[in-house]
Amino acid sequence: MIKKVVVLLSIIGLIAIFMPMITQFQERENLNELATDYVNGSIHELGTPNVVTSVIVTYRGLDTLGEVTVLFLATVGVGFLLKGKSEDKIEISASELLETTSSVLVAMIMVLGIYIFTHGHLTPGGGFQGGVVIASGFLLMLLSNVNAKMNHSIMHFVESLSGFAYVGIGVTGLVLTVGFLSPKILPLGNFGDLFSAGAIPVIYSLVGLKVGSELTSILVTMGGEK
Amino acid sequence: MIPGIIIGLGVIMIAAAFAAIYFKSLLASIIAAGVISLLASVIYLILGSPDVAMTEASIGSGLTTVIFLFALHRVRKGKSDD
Repeated sequence: MIKKVVVLLSIIGLIAIFMPMITQFQERENLNELATDYVNGSIHELGTPNVVTSVIVTYRGLDTLGEVTVLFLATVGVGFLLKGKSEDKIEISASELLETTSSVLVAMIMVLGIYIFTHGHLTPGGGFQGGVVIASGFLLMLLSNVNAKMNHSIMHFVESLSGFAYVGIGVTGLVLTVGFLSPKILPLGNFGDLFSAGAIPVIYSLVGLKVGSELTSILVTMGGEK
Repeated sequence: MIPGIIIGLGVIMIAAAFAAIYFKSLLASIIAAGVISLLASVIYLILGSPDVAMTEASIGSGLTTVIFLFALHRVRKGKSDD
């Protein structure tokens, strides 16, 4: 009884808190000062058509480094807690439909993932999204071939190398005195080209590889070794 | 037109959220939670933020659902071993 009253009271409290957001909502006509600065800066200073990417990789680059670190720690935690004892092989195999489809689809999904993170500065998407798409390609591979063994050491190698290179790019920015994780260590190039916007595509590709290998290793640890 | 679509999607999301809590089967709850993320990503796309929509669709409705399914499988396997 008391539990239900508490639940009801907390729901009413939440409604009271969020009600002003609906009743006093005003649509902004103009961007505020910071947003204007970001929008102008991303096009004129960094040459990035996708403003979101320039904010994530450059203006809030330290946050992205933190996010990547959090994901790395999560992967380490999953690997540590669920250290799968690989038992004998399972007899069941995936259905023929799934096997045939995945043999065609896996390569296409991987290419899509690579496209998403290499074009992060031009089109929507970026390292995190591309990495997840690549991991889902590996998941399809895992589901269609039940007894497949993933090579953990290659994934750990890719992950550590890309993480190391990401921090390395940041430190290079410090050495060249353009700022930590600044993309200006490379020439900006033509606006809208694939190889433009300085180091932003490089950083996002590294993030994509890192996220992809981390999520794949989480999936393999959780589902692969049954 | 667009506010109507968003309100409709929001109502379905709330219904799916209640379904996720009240379903007896854990499998159905996981699917309902995935539906919430999928509809949220559609709303993000309508509101003009394709970056967030991609993240929500791939992580929220794809990867999280699969990881929950794997976890459910492991928990059930652990129970039957006892």
